[in-house]
Amino acid sequence: MLLQALGKIAQTLVVLFIVSVASFGLLKLAPGDPIQIMLGSEFSQESYDSLTAELGLDRPFLVQYGDWALRFVSGDWGTSYVARTDIFTYAFKEALPVTLTLASFSLAFAILIGVPLGVLSAVKKDTAFDAGAAVLALTGTAFPSFLLGILLIWFFAVKLGLFPVMGYVSPWQDFWTGIYHIILPGLTLSTYFIAMITRLTRATLIEVMEQPYIAAARARGEPAWRVIWVHGVRNIAMPLVTILGLQLGTLLQGTVLTETVFNLPGIGQMLTSAVLGREYMVVQAGVMMTATLFIGVNLLVDLSYPVLDPRLRARK
Amino acid sequence: MTDMIPSPILTLTDLTVFRGAAKILDKVNLSLAEGETLALVGESGAGKSTIATAVMRLLDGAKVDGKAELEGAGDLLALSEKQMVTLRGRRLSMIFQDAGAALNPAYTVGRQLITVLRRNLGLSKTEARARAVELFTSVGINDPEGRLSAYPHQLSGGMQQRVMVAIALACNPDLLLADEPTSALDVTIQAQIVRLILSQTRARGASCIFVLHDLALASQACDRIVVLYAGQVVEAGPARDILEHHRHPYTQQLKSCVLEIGTRELTAPEGTVPPHDRMPAGCRFATRCPRALPRCAGEAPPLIPARDGAESPLAHHFACWNPE
Repeated sequence: MLLQALGKIAQTLVVLFIVSVASFGLLKLAPGDPIQIMLGSEFSQESYDSLTAELGLDRPFLVQYGDWALRFVSGDWGTSYVARTDIFTYAFKEALPVTLTLASFSLAFAILIGVPLGVLSAVKKDTAFDAGAAVLALTGTAFPSFLLGILLIWFFAVKLGLFPVMGYVSPWQDFWTGIYHIILPGLTLSTYFIAMITRLTRATLIEVMEQPYIAAARARGEPAWRVIWVHGVRNIAMPLVTILGLQLGTLLQGTVLTETVFNLPGIGQMLTSAVLGREYMVVQAGVMMTATLFIGVNLLVDLSYPVLDPRLRARK
Repeated sequence: MTDMIPSPILTLTDLTVFRGAAKILDKVNLSLAEGETLALVGESGAGKSTIATAVMRLLDGAKVDGKAELEGAGDLLALSEKQMVTLRGRRLSMIFQDAGAALNPAYTVGRQLITVLRRNLGLSKTEARARAVELFTSVGINDPEGRLSAYPHQLSGGMQQRVMVAIALACNPDLLLADEPTSALDVTIQAQIVRLILSQTRARGASCIFVLHDLALASQACDRIVVLYAGQVVEAGPARDILEHHRHPYTQQLKSCVLEIGTRELTAPEGTVPPHDRMPAGCRFATRCPRALPRCAGEAPPLIPARDGAESPLAHHFACWNPE
């Protein structure tokens, strides 16, 4: 089992390497010359060349990559040309926690609302409740989240004054104020996932409930709630975790829009302004962080399989 | 002679099951004496498993008519689901066809057994564990302590079925329903498991309904046999009578298809059971029956005693216009 895990981790490192080369290379090929942007509209060829040399942009690609990768790993992510701040502090210490908070709250909302809704739909299969939940789920998937965000702000924040219009307070510093600020953006980002989890839970649970072990659990006198939650839901954990891991990319993409609508200083906002300003060091930092996050979570998903399904544990 | 019949533990009266428009069980009457072992025999689709599942009230999406009276509990079909939950596992329990599929793959077999003991009998954790070890020992599981922490997939088919037997008998039920408990097992293990179920139920004084498709096995293992065809009882009675003095041509076919294996000539009953929506108005077996008379196609034969005056529901009965 340890060997399996080590193999998975090695695989992850290879993927991470490929992603880093790609993100480094793609930005090199992107149009727009950062030196020109830094120097403004009027500059001499000499100052252009000296800045190129200073930034090491005249060296071969692989050398530049190696140099960048080494510095990246050691936490030296360079300085933002525009903001003149340390990118590591800006991206890793300030923006990343905001996005992580937003994403984890959305995920928590999605699971806490989506799973029970899906279980109820499966148990009350083909009733009015099931039909209602299906309509709601379809609306949730089809409705653009930024529009929903604006509607939520308009209704709950502007009309009713229940929630703040925008802004971010870290729940790790001031828990309740943080929650208060994260509810609307969290809900906005999670609608799609609530809908997806509801439908996935419903479909997989209906299948599981037809398995003989469910009938057997009922036959030995286990009450309905135990049959559903202990014997049924336990067996949909694996497909659920798999899909959630794969959909994490969509969730991270969603943070870009949500952070913009709610003016949250996360990676999404950081990436948007960095792309517009052609600050490719910042873009690289953002891409590497999101990619690492995505790959890391999927590694966790892989490693969780033997925990979730005993049949996948290697024989002793 | 009627006064000699021990009090029945289970009495089915006109048990009828519809799945959609199809009538998959048609007015089945049978009673089971206390401590008796009864075999339900017939081809696939005859309604054997349906009877067992209907008694457990685990038939989802089917309409069930008639009565199924359990001694001391009344008509099971009229009870609420809540009342059924208190009976299942405690007074009624069931062993399933494929133990590998009937054990939850996510939990250890010990946990599944201990849960039953704790929930149904209110035992403490340590008491339940000790009892679980005893039960595992009694069903012939080696290293019972160690096996408790095994997951279902780590056990062989035979071991899995032994675990199922232990779970089913954990609370000393009055009635055990065994739904083809050996059909997923190797032939060599089949006899062991049947013997195990019988010895364990007899030791506990429990009654047992065995769903089987093998008439020879049924006649060896059980006190009484009920032969079903297309959702109806065609012949019922003490095992010896059914095997040696059967009157219904279908029973004869079931018997010969077993006996002729020895002569290397396997003759399955010819033809197939008519589909539910095209059941003949008369005897349902008429389409395949070598002894069919013109009368058989139009008029359904009633279940009548094989010997005049032997009207006890436990005595030999058959439903045929032209018996052997």
